[in-house]
Amino acid sequence: MSQSTILGLSTRTAGAMMAFTAAFTALMAFTYEATHAQIAASANEEKMKLITEVLAANAYDNSLLDDYVQLGPTRELGLDHGGRVYRARKAGAPVGLLLEATAPDGYSGDIDLIVAILPDGTVNGVRVVSHRETPGLGDYIDPKKDKDKKSPWIGQFSGLNPATLPLDAWKVKKDGGQINSHAGATISPRAVTNAVARAARYAAANRDRLFGAATGASL
Amino acid sequence: MDLRAYRDIAWNGWWKQNPGVVQILGMCPTLAITTSIVNAVSLGLATVLVMAMSNLASSLLRNFIPYEIRIPVFILIIAALTTVVDLAMNAYLHSLYLVLGIFIPLIVTNCIVLARIEAFAAKNEPLASTLDGAAMGLGATMVLTVLGAMRELIGNGTLFSGIEMVIPGAHEIQVFGGDYPGFLTFILPPGAFFALGCLIAGRNWLEARRQARARSNPPAPQAPSAPEPTSAEPA
Repeated sequence: MSQSTILGLSTRTAGAMMAFTAAFTALMAFTYEATHAQIAASANEEKMKLITEVLAANAYDNSLLDDYVQLGPTRELGLDHGGRVYRARKAGAPVGLLLEATAPDGYSGDIDLIVAILPDGTVNGVRVVSHRETPGLGDYIDPKKDKDKKSPWIGQFSGLNPATLPLDAWKVKKDGGQINSHAGATISPRAVTNAVARAARYAAANRDRLFGAATGASL
Repeated sequence: MDLRAYRDIAWNGWWKQNPGVVQILGMCPTLAITTSIVNAVSLGLATVLVMAMSNLASSLLRNFIPYEIRIPVFILIIAALTTVVDLAMNAYLHSLYLVLGIFIPLIVTNCIVLARIEAFAAKNEPLASTLDGAAMGLGATMVLTVLGAMRELIGNGTLFSGIEMVIPGAHEIQVFGGDYPGFLTFILPPGAFFALGCLIAGRNWLEARRQARARSNPPAPQAPSAPEPTSAEPA
């Protein structure tokens, strides 16, 4: 015992370290076990809250989050790693598609969106799911941060239809289109506008395929 | 440990050794998250939780932790408890969790947490250590709150924006009316440095004034507390 070799010291301290690691890993595992159902429920609830903002809850009667198709990487939607499309139906008839879409060209990285498209191709609503745009400058793309609570910026997309609105108009005004944006903060709205335009065209072109696929199918 | 010792621990955390404006430790969250009161208080309270729990755990285990590997073990304790707080907030305060995002996991690397374990909990009994962690965390929270209030008020003209994420149904206060143009610099990082500078200056001014008063009438019977040799430098 009095002769402490490097090997002996390493073994002893490594043993102690492992004991502590095991104990605290157990604590983390226990907490994970105790919270993961609640976390999944909270995430779903958060998702449903956003979905309700783009598609009224009484417009459909199916279990929306369970009726989806899984997309692989889809360039039109900006989804590098794939995403989901949820199908809203009432009495079995299609009433809307909810597409996850990403605008890859925000001011600071990706802007994740959820876009609701009606069966005739009309955009019903758009919401920002997550973004890292500059607070107080570009973050008005998220209605929670938009100072104009009565008619938030993102509301402009409701009612637009790629079949009737020419592509040239589906741009921010600075680029010659009809979508308003705040002076001095054009990059974030431009990214969202273009992403919504792409998503709307994608939904119109793939509507039957998206509605027709079996639940949970990968496209 | 008597009551006065506990009072000193609290006083240390809140004023004398305040992490935010005296020790200047844990600046990453202090500067980054203080864009609104709600963010600041929420992250502050999460830090209080982690600090109190990790000080308690370290103090309880202090006689079993080999000296050579104490730092890895402390970090392990902090990381595990931060994970617990992170998961709990994700489960029960989900929308707030989305706002604070990466800053909750980053509590692991907030140096004030490790600093208090190393400087206090490793040498003191569990109750005092818990109190020290909580007091230091609250001291940091106070700085975060004042910074958040300054930046939100000047930068955005509101107070308590985002309160509905914590208390459903509550509303933010539009202090300057709806058409306040905002002062973006205060929301962006430079505003954080500016506001923190003002806060440190203000705290130093208050402390200098307090010391000057204590010197001008030394035997004052109502002096805050006897064991407070604030400093030994000559007048």
